[in-house]
Amino acid sequence: MASRQRGATDPAGQRELLSGGDVARTIARMAHQVIEKTALDASGAPPVVLLGILSRGAPLADRLADRIAEFSGVRPPCGTLDVTLYRDDLRRRPPRALESTRLPAGGIEDRLVVLVDDVLFSGRTIRAALDALRDLGRPRAVQLAVLVDRGHRELPIRADYVGKNVPTARSEEVAVLLDEVDGTDAVLLRRPESGAGE
Amino acid sequence: MKHLLSAADLDRDTAIGLLDTAEALKRTLLGREVRKLPTLRGRTVVTMFYENSTRTRVSFEVAGKWMSADVINVSASGSSVNKGESLRDTALTLAAVGADCVIVRHPASGAADRLAGWLRAAGTSVVNAGDGMHEHPTQALLDAATLRERLGGLEGRRIVIVGDVLHSRVARSNLHLLRTLGAEVVLVAPPTLAPDGMTRWLDEAKVPISYDLDAELPTADAVMLLRVQAERMHGGFFPSTREYSISYGLSQARLGLLPEHAVVLHPGPMLRGMEIASQVADSPRAAITEQVRNGVHVRMSVLYHLLAGEEETT
Repeated sequence: MASRQRGATDPAGQRELLSGGDVARTIARMAHQVIEKTALDASGAPPVVLLGILSRGAPLADRLADRIAEFSGVRPPCGTLDVTLYRDDLRRRPPRALESTRLPAGGIEDRLVVLVDDVLFSGRTIRAALDALRDLGRPRAVQLAVLVDRGHRELPIRADYVGKNVPTARSEEVAVLLDEVDGTDAVLLRRPESGAGE
Repeated sequence: MKHLLSAADLDRDTAIGLLDTAEALKRTLLGREVRKLPTLRGRTVVTMFYENSTRTRVSFEVAGKWMSADVINVSASGSSVNKGESLRDTALTLAAVGADCVIVRHPASGAADRLAGWLRAAGTSVVNAGDGMHEHPTQALLDAATLRERLGGLEGRRIVIVGDVLHSRVARSNLHLLRTLGAEVVLVAPPTLAPDGMTRWLDEAKVPISYDLDAELPTADAVMLLRVQAERMHGGFFPSTREYSISYGLSQARLGLLPEHAVVLHPGPMLRGMEIASQVADSPRAAITEQVRNGVHVRMSVLYHLLAGEEETT
């Protein structure tokens, strides 16, 4: 992991798509887009809430909120969403540990909720998140921000803010590494046969 | 996990996993308008109760319904059991109509275990909701959840279990689970309710047993009172309920012997004035209603672990 080269495939079969610096710049750009599209610093705009989908969506939502605060002077409240109990693939996997859903103080009622996740793939996580939201309140609108959109959608879902579009093979794995969870920032593309899984 | 038959079967990691899930479910549902999760949609859970029960049956029913499972209650009276159908045939019938999980309470020790054997081919999960004098694992889990919440953890804590230790499946399940979680358990009972064969077994397992409640209270982090089970007592185990109450009941005066932080638990149903004084049961030191509340989350957690995912195939 010490000598990752941009664009090149290393012997372990993984290729760096975004470096640490790229990740920071990408989040900054997404912050500008959120400000522009939601007009959250304008008077009379609907209050915006960022909800990070666990696990890596949560630190991303926090960083996005920090950048938004930096550029607009308004820091939208952040929360976390654990969608495990709403997934449609529960029966296909062993039961997973649950994490906690934490809503910001004002809740999501009548807010503009921006869901934040690391990778958009089949869209099933987002469907589960939309179902979870329905049990938590009725937002004015829901938008989606993802760091990486890797394609292969299985549901009619699209993101409003995309950090990077990455064409991938279905068998490949996109790994988003974040400092808060993994000790470093990067987005990697892994080949299935590399065995480089966590 | 395929079945939950006894607390003795639970290793530390599994037990902590169940308690963590229960805690997460509790947080998830806290303050929500819609207390319903879609997790177990399309799963059928049948409760089969061959003994009277309010809280356990209702608690399992609520737990299943909050996870969107279809819950059907079968009780011994009003079912074919009254016509003489055997436990095995009733269970096979329930499996054949499509039950994914059978929750059973039965007066015979080992009933849940036999049931799990009979239902192996059908792939139905079995949860023991109390079998005779053997075990009541979800009660132990909800007690552990409550103690963890109140005391911040169980490692190194000293839990005193008082009363009808001989007949109590609650005591047995708690003994196993609390020790697995690192707590020290002390049993206190009248000598007639802790007979020789049992004390020998307890000696081997290094479980201290005492006949003097007052001596144990000052060092306790929690006291768990057991109901005196008249329905399982055939013969005189103590001269009178009054005498039992004087020696082993948790009175207001005895509450004063406990350290400030100590918690009072009772699995219910309580016999006020017998095992526990009414003021003690209603005092903030008692966690009895919390136990019932946590019971729902613990049972949701058990159903989630049994029914939500595929068995790991390794």
